[in-house]
Amino acid sequence: MTAFLVRRLGFALVTLFAVLTLVFVLVRIVPGDPAQVILGDQASQEAIMALREKLGLNRPIHAQYLTFISGALVGDWGTSMVTGRPVIQEVLNVLPWTIELTLISLVLGIVIGVPLGIAAAVKRNRFTDYAARIASLLGLSFPPFVSALLLLLGFAIILPWFPVISAKSGSFSAWFQSITLPAINLGLITAAYITRVTRSAMLEVLQEDYVRTARAKGVPINAVIIRHALRNALIPVITIVGLYLGILIGNSVLTEIVFSRPGLGKLIVGALNQRDYTMLQGMMVIYTLVVVVVNLATDIAYGVADPRVKLK
Amino acid sequence: MSMTDTAPAPSRLRYLWTATLRAFNTNKTSWVGLVIFVAVVLLAIFAPIVTPLDPLEQNILEKLKPPSAEFVLGTDGFGRDIASRLAYGARISLIIGIASTVLAMVIGSAIGMLAGWKGGRTDIVIMQAMDVLLAFPSLILGLIIVAMLGPSMTNIIIAIAMTSIPPFARIARAPTIAMKEREFVDACRALGFSDMRIVAGHILPNILPEILVMGSLWLANAIRTEASLAFIGLSVKPPTPTWGGMIREGFENILDSAWLVIAPSTAILVVIFALNLLGDGLRDAIDPKLKGEA
Amino acid sequence: MSEAPPLPTGPVLSVRNLTTSFRVDGVWRSVVEDLSFDIGPRETVAIVGESGSGKSVTALSTMRLLPPANSRTAGEILFGGKNLLTLPEEEMRTLRGNRLAMIFQEPMTSLNPVLTIGFQIAEALMYHRGLDRAAAEAEALRILERVRIPAAASRLNDYPHRLSGGMRQRVMIAMSLACRPQLLIADEPTTALDVTIQAEILELIKMLQDEEGMSVAFITHDMGVVAEIADRVVVMLKGRKVEDGPTSQVFKAPREHYTRALLAAVPKLGTMKGTDQPAPFAIVDQASGDVVEPPPRDRRVDPEIKPVLEVSNLVTRFDVRSGVFGRVSARVHAVENVSFALRPGETLALVGESGCGKSTTGRSILRLVEPVEGTVLFEGQDVRALDKAGLRAARQRMQMVFQDPFASLNPRKTVGDAIAEPIIVHGLADRTGAKHRVAELLTRVGLSPDMAGRYPHEFSGGQRQRLCIARALALKPKLIVADEAVSALDVSIKAQVINLMMELQEEMGLAYLFISHDIAVVERVSHRVAVMFLGEIVEIGPRDAVISNPAHSYTRKLMAAVPIPDPDRRKARRGLSTTELPSPMRKADFVPPPRQWRDLGNGHFVMVEHAHDA
Repeated sequence: MTAFLVRRLGFALVTLFAVLTLVFVLVRIVPGDPAQVILGDQASQEAIMALREKLGLNRPIHAQYLTFISGALVGDWGTSMVTGRPVIQEVLNVLPWTIELTLISLVLGIVIGVPLGIAAAVKRNRFTDYAARIASLLGLSFPPFVSALLLLLGFAIILPWFPVISAKSGSFSAWFQSITLPAINLGLITAAYITRVTRSAMLEVLQEDYVRTARAKGVPINAVIIRHALRNALIPVITIVGLYLGILIGNSVLTEIVFSRPGLGKLIVGALNQRDYTMLQGMMVIYTLVVVVVNLATDIAYGVADPRVKLK
Repeated sequence: MSMTDTAPAPSRLRYLWTATLRAFNTNKTSWVGLVIFVAVVLLAIFAPIVTPLDPLEQNILEKLKPPSAEFVLGTDGFGRDIASRLAYGARISLIIGIASTVLAMVIGSAIGMLAGWKGGRTDIVIMQAMDVLLAFPSLILGLIIVAMLGPSMTNIIIAIAMTSIPPFARIARAPTIAMKEREFVDACRALGFSDMRIVAGHILPNILPEILVMGSLWLANAIRTEASLAFIGLSVKPPTPTWGGMIREGFENILDSAWLVIAPSTAILVVIFALNLLGDGLRDAIDPKLKGEA
Repeated sequence: MSEAPPLPTGPVLSVRNLTTSFRVDGVWRSVVEDLSFDIGPRETVAIVGESGSGKSVTALSTMRLLPPANSRTAGEILFGGKNLLTLPEEEMRTLRGNRLAMIFQEPMTSLNPVLTIGFQIAEALMYHRGLDRAAAEAEALRILERVRIPAAASRLNDYPHRLSGGMRQRVMIAMSLACRPQLLIADEPTTALDVTIQAEILELIKMLQDEEGMSVAFITHDMGVVAEIADRVVVMLKGRKVEDGPTSQVFKAPREHYTRALLAAVPKLGTMKGTDQPAPFAIVDQASGDVVEPPPRDRRVDPEIKPVLEVSNLVTRFDVRSGVFGRVSARVHAVENVSFALRPGETLALVGESGCGKSTTGRSILRLVEPVEGTVLFEGQDVRALDKAGLRAARQRMQMVFQDPFASLNPRKTVGDAIAEPIIVHGLADRTGAKHRVAELLTRVGLSPDMAGRYPHEFSGGQRQRLCIARALALKPKLIVADEAVSALDVSIKAQVINLMMELQEEMGLAYLFISHDIAVVERVSHRVAVMFLGEIVEIGPRDAVISNPAHSYTRKLMAAVPIPDPDRRKARRGLSTTELPSPMRKADFVPPPRQWRDLGNGHFVMVEHAHDA
């Protein structure tokens, strides 16, 4: 088990390095002088030079790289060029909002999606299946901001049940008010995805020989579905859902914008609009970290669920 | 001993045609998807005829008007005809969507087939790289790339293509590996065929259906990503109409006029849903495991 | 000691006019038609047929395991006084795994990978006997010991992937016997197993049947197995019953043409004793019963002719890497120090069980897999020393035919293109010339030239194998490696394809390296035989010498395990044993021990055995 963990951790670190390097290169690929772009066309030469000095852009490239990498590992992700505060602090301020939304949406998605997917697979080609397939396809077809807008229109403007700006906290009811619509938005889209994935995995497993063996033994149908089939079907579902977490985090950007909710998404869009390059760089680092951690967790979950994986 | 019916065999073209028909017929919803998508494409091509009004012409007096005889879907905040903007916007969405998907399909499949065929270290390295990109929120990735390179049509195509390459690599690699194990590949090697001939002439035709189906599904995704980028403000610069951009403008005025948002939203939804129906139906056709009971 | 339950009177299972149909592409097709037979108490009835005969479907119909949406059954199946076909599902479920049990063909996929073995056996007891988990698993342990699984107690908590195929099949048997059923339906349970393992499993089933007093319905295509274990035989063809009777009567005095044709096509180990040449099969026409005897030919090989293939000290090993840095932790010694020679017009058979290295040897000779050491002289040239271009040229003259005829053909190429491609690629003819040659080849293998425009899925298994042979012949080879080339074919088709191969050999002076696990077939087609075990040749020599007078203990064990399709020669009951086929995987630092050989004269060599050999 330890060797397995060590190996996965090793890969994770290598990945981290690779992506950080990619980020470094990407930011410097910008055509033209970053300092000039930041300050705009009207800036004077001295101002540009000063900014270049401040950002360390005149230092040799490998020195810049070393500073970047060592800083990233330590937690020093630079300082926002707009607010002057350390990037890490800005991120930590909004992180809880994003995590909260992502987790609740994921749970909602699983709670709706898995049972629906199982039902669709078991009642294949009958009404439940068709309904589930069309509904999930429809859910997947909504760009998250479109569904968010429709929810906003429907339940915050036309029927003013929820606030238009979902940034309240404090009491439970305020919290509930502000998280419901965004969570429903992301949750339903996630549920659509999970339904499809669960259905496909179940369909495949239900065709397997060992399910036939279970029926030949006289195991009742519910036990066949849950104990024999589902246990096996969940294995690929775990991997896919783990990967989907990345997409979920991305989708939260759009939801946060529509519902005016604080979070990583708003931070990154703000940084883009204001050309806050250090912030952008820092945000890339944090997204990378999140991805690597999620991948690692998924791998471990997979190793635990599937006894065939040799945890050597 | 020999086959009793010696009727002449059908030509290759006819065989492909029958196979395609059969694929579409497996899940009838794919026809619905195809028809809708073709309708949208025709709309985009014939935009000047269908919506004769100029999408860029501003008319402050008529701004934010609801649907009428002259402006079929109403006007936006600058008095421009929404219907025309919708039709021209279709062009942008389709061009960007199709170009980026084709680019990703070609590059991604090549990478996936290479990784699958070579195996060993090459495979591991390539797939690790792909896995990382795959897990990265594609919207964020696309966002950063466009932000870095600047919002022009070419750059957006490149950005979306880059986020789509890993799934194509995946989808091309798995069947390549499966094919590699099959005996007809060994037979080809025993017959002295070169690697290139085997991969391009034998393996590729067999995995093409899977790749094409993935292509139609990813087209839906590409269109969605472009709309999302436009919504954030990172697509082709205004005043060129894009569906996402129209929604963005509508969002800013949402308390005043809901139809600014509804019209382009519906358009995006319809196209993506149609493509999903199409791709999903076709996928049912080619997946042997989902084929039936016997 | 458990007591056998009291014998019921009358048949245990009575199938009456069973008709099962499937809906394919909207059309209903009957797969079993009007089938009737009985199974008496303590009786073993073999249901025999080739593919498409409906034998498996009969079993699934009895157990009511067919998918309800696309299948229909009619007729009656009487068991325990009730008609199984009209029983409500819930009542049927209480019978399954309880009074009526079934085991399947593929042990590798029939056990649930995420549940422990102990649980999977205990489950039936928990549902049908109401035992709690602890009591059920205790009983499961007892059953595991009865099926002779070594170290049964530790196996209880293991997962299936840690067991070999033979062991998994024993677990399946244990699972099915947990509730002491009256009838066990066994659907090709030993087809996927090696022959020595098969012998043990058959012995186990017989013993358990005696102890339990149960009846067995044994589905198989292997007439040798039928002769070994069945009291009565039901022969099926295309969904209908052809013949039905006691085993010795069906074998010795078959009434129907089809049965006679089937029996004629089954090679019987021992019939070639005393002859020194291979002999094709006499083909009995299924419809008319006419017998076509093969014309007598001289198939002797002149020992003075220069061999077309000389293999010396061939070694092929595969590295197994593990750990963080991918160090080599073990090696699979697939082929160890293999040497033999092959002359034009000669067939040398490589026989052995799984993991013995026979397939890898064939592929190493063609360099589809790269050997580590040794020389392979083909027509005087060392194949291992050739560069890419040289290898391409050499590959024209040595070809391979594989086991799965469907997987050997590109499903997206017409068969004409598939056969023409090598001709064009090697520049032997232009497109028109290639077309002529394709027509020639198709005719030569017994197919019509009009078929060139068709795709592989439009052909039957036997026809596809003919196509693969045609493709192999396209480049006018001198050597053909047949890697289990007929193993996947039905009995009657197998005989026809073998006859074709022997004709071609005689006509073109082809040398065959015939790799097979089926010793009875090998007896008919080979001039010489080499027996492989753990990557080494343990015995090699003229076919009659090796098969009729085996000198090595493994060869003897192998020959003794082959089931013979003759009820009179049913083997004396051997008693139970449990062996595992050893694996050729060794630690990274393993050095193979030096071997010595004894010359028994006439080209018959045997490896000297030591006490510590595997």
